[in-house]
Amino acid sequence: MITKRIIPCLDVRNGRVVKGVNFEGLQDVSSPVDLASYYSDNGADELVFYDITASAEGRALFTDALKKVAERIFIPLTVGGGINSVDDFDRVLKCGADKVSVNSGAIADPELIKKAAAKYGDQCVVLSVDAKRVDGKFCVFAKGGRVNTGMNAIEWIKRGVSFGAGEIVLNSIDTDGVKKGFDIEMLAAATEAVDVPVIASGGAGSVGDFITLFKSVPEVSAGLAASVFHFGEIAIPYLKQKLKEQNISVRL
Amino acid sequence: MVTVIDYGVGNLFSLRSSFAFIGEDVRVTGDIKEIEAAKKLVLPGVGAFGDAALKLRETGIDRILKEKAAENTPIMGICLGMQLLSEVSYEYGKHEGLGLIGGKVRPIKDVAPQVKIPQIGWNSLVFYKKHPVFKYVSDGDFVYFVHSYFFDTERTNVIAATDYGSLLTAAVAAGSIVGCQFHPEKSGKTGLSILRGFCEWEGDL
Repeated sequence: MITKRIIPCLDVRNGRVVKGVNFEGLQDVSSPVDLASYYSDNGADELVFYDITASAEGRALFTDALKKVAERIFIPLTVGGGINSVDDFDRVLKCGADKVSVNSGAIADPELIKKAAAKYGDQCVVLSVDAKRVDGKFCVFAKGGRVNTGMNAIEWIKRGVSFGAGEIVLNSIDTDGVKKGFDIEMLAAATEAVDVPVIASGGAGSVGDFITLFKSVPEVSAGLAASVFHFGEIAIPYLKQKLKEQNISVRL
Repeated sequence: MVTVIDYGVGNLFSLRSSFAFIGEDVRVTGDIKEIEAAKKLVLPGVGAFGDAALKLRETGIDRILKEKAAENTPIMGICLGMQLLSEVSYEYGKHEGLGLIGGKVRPIKDVAPQVKIPQIGWNSLVFYKKHPVFKYVSDGDFVYFVHSYFFDTERTNVIAATDYGSLLTAAVAAGSIVGCQFHPEKSGKTGLSILRGFCEWEGDL
């Protein structure tokens, strides 16, 4: 049976991991290679590298770091952040990314999804959506969640999939950072709307939150989180053990 | 030394890195002469079957692969590269494959209408029989899949299957040819051990 994936997301600035914390036995927590190896050896099913660099120099450092990770870690790597063109896809794929996630770049130019999917295949294109309730409707926000686009999130997800997005990462701004659990209602709406895998993001605070996620919305394919993993609040092997005890299929 | 065939389909970075990581000399090339001289070949591939099959024909690599197979050179097809070993694919039309292993490539939807397509993620292997390439792998080990189509072939060609709404072919073998529907280069330690098994294999059973 296919397993539910657990995915840590690492923010990278100028080629170094931001918010890396102290893990036992890990020398340099801001080294993308060291942290990626650590996660890869400790049950992560996939890794997301999010480039939060603004400058061209930082971008070059990011791709260097990505290359070093991809030479050493043999699980799927997704890269996001600053992807606005097919050239950006090309740049990170050449450095070893397996999938590329687009967010604001696709909002500015939805054709980017089509172009990238035609060139690299649907499986390569991940549409990342930041959504928030406005007057009871799920609205898409751009620019790191700062700008309300006015677009309906579920409609946008459907459109993205029809354009060729092979996976959706749905990040609920309403639950993000609150650590009170994933946005079950929003995720259920998304999984009903599309057939491609939906990855839940935003709100993980405890092992129980992941159990609730996969029990309440069994169609969700994966849970993504950052700080709870980085700060050691949840150890992935322990999380997976607990999921297994609840009869949720995981890779141990 | 393993020769990975570069015919402009898919990203070969990880494949090259994986062989390097396990200490195997690896050459990634589209050069006909180098492919002809290779002792061990890997046929990778992602994307659409029709385009890839066309590229193999245009470059003449299809002919060489058939010759190499006839000489019992070990060949490993990965993902789309495995599907290309088949006789025919029904992905967006009907396309002829290399015909090195009998059978056809069909949509997963045909046999498992209830599951999400593509299958993306880690799924476990159900072994039907032993094979030297998979000697380090056990029943139930997890590997990483990304596919919407599967290789429908005779049971005797199937080394392992995976349960995704239905039992789908995960690994095939016939003579000196093996194929993995999953990505060994993305399947952690299990995947690397399969690549190691392939490097150690001389094409015999």
